[in-house]
Amino acid sequence: MISAIRELRIAGGIREFGRYGQLLYQALRSSTEFSTYRKNLFHEFVKVGYESIPIIFLVGIFTGAVMTLQTAYQLDTDIYPSTIIGSIVVQSLIIELAAVISALVLAGKVGARMSTELGTMRVSEQIDALEAMGFNSVSFLVVPRIAAGILMFPILYTTAAVFGILGGITAGAVDGILPVAEFMEGGRAFFFESDIIFGIIKSFVFGFVITSIACYKGYYAFGGAEGVGNATTRATVLSCIFVLLADFILAALLL
Amino acid sequence: MIEIKNLTKSFGDLLVWRDVSLTIQDGETTAIIGRSGCGKSVLLKHLNALMYPDEGKILIDGKSVFDLSYTELRKVRQRFGILFQGGALFDSISTFENVAFPLRYFTDQSEEEISHNVNEALTMVNLKDSGSKSTAELSGGMRKRVGLARAIILKPDYLLYDEPTSGLDPRTSGEINELIVNLADTMDITSVVITHDMHSVLSISDKVAFLDEQKLSWFGKTDDMKHSDNKNLMDFITASEYQINKQTA
Repeated sequence: MISAIRELRIAGGIREFGRYGQLLYQALRSSTEFSTYRKNLFHEFVKVGYESIPIIFLVGIFTGAVMTLQTAYQLDTDIYPSTIIGSIVVQSLIIELAAVISALVLAGKVGARMSTELGTMRVSEQIDALEAMGFNSVSFLVVPRIAAGILMFPILYTTAAVFGILGGITAGAVDGILPVAEFMEGGRAFFFESDIIFGIIKSFVFGFVITSIACYKGYYAFGGAEGVGNATTRATVLSCIFVLLADFILAALLL
Repeated sequence: MIEIKNLTKSFGDLLVWRDVSLTIQDGETTAIIGRSGCGKSVLLKHLNALMYPDEGKILIDGKSVFDLSYTELRKVRQRFGILFQGGALFDSISTFENVAFPLRYFTDQSEEEISHNVNEALTMVNLKDSGSKSTAELSGGMRKRVGLARAIILKPDYLLYDEPTSGLDPRTSGEINELIVNLADTMDITSVVITHDMHSVLSISDKVAFLDEQKLSWFGKTDDMKHSDNKNLMDFITASEYQINKQTA
């Protein structure tokens, strides 16, 4: 009985993964129909990029500030020079925190919006209406959302990293634990350009993971308001899990 | 002409209907009736390949819609207008933009021409001054009429109606029925109407297809329906008339 249930779950998982792959294939094939999704693409740039800047600003500032205060607390000995705090904070933000924390926040903000929008369009037959009119609904709805995620997440990552460093500098200076010059000196000492490239690659992958999962769950939502709620919850949870998994794989492959 | 040939559809183990065959002639209005859950809307969504059957085929002017490439299918779909149960209006844009939507993407019309055609379509469905309204401001009947204006804006050959009068008061239902008859007459459209409203069936349809017990139980002229020896169809008509009499009493 238990093995039968396990087999069913595995079969369900494989089927779902196949459908996800099929949607991505359709999206890739229809990405050449630029005239169909041009308007929606610019709309999504605004929604994903511009409208996320306030939350990314807050995420960056507070992550950098807290990181500085906690690192200073942990290294409160005479063994290390205080500039090491700046080194740790800057490198941690660029390599890991700016990308991952932004992605987790954006999985809730951007991913949830996308899956809810598409799910509502599915259950209210708006997607059927598009198809019935002769539109390619994947090109019209899915392609611009994934493209906006891929193109906007690196910009949001950069914003989070810059504001994170500013938050760290400010917290160190205001708290009196680390003067600005020492923070900067430490930050510069272990600053490598390749770390920024690594962070941008991460944010690019996270943008794809979050938006593609959100679009998949929303596009195939069913069962009215409850179905849309379930799709959004699953999209958010799965996005977070796959962001963390991708983070691990990228670290193992690229560092 | 739409030819439905030996169509069978099931969802997993649940058989919806088996071996459904019927022909819808050009210019005719055919009503598909049956109890709730008998698969009327499912059948409608097969006509323009929004759903695919397990077996069987549908021929539009001799070509099987299920064998077309996606690009060809999209062209065939543009020959259909469809009014969905809830209107399926895009809620992020205004009433005017909903109706203008197909024109903007599928034609090269100027802004002036689009405006003229949209206003003409809205006038046809008696919503001349509602273009600026958001879809949230529209009542159920108005949503259906806007959906209808959008469905006819590209002057389709075939018009599909999914429960056009469900959830509407008798007066608004009457107006929608009148619209369906007018559109069929003035635009020479072939119409397929899914409904369980017998009043609607009698006012608008030339032919009736009755789905029952997972098959096409009866198909014929509307005038012949009341003399049918199909017991389930007669029970369905009697129950509907009883409901109408109860509402009007």
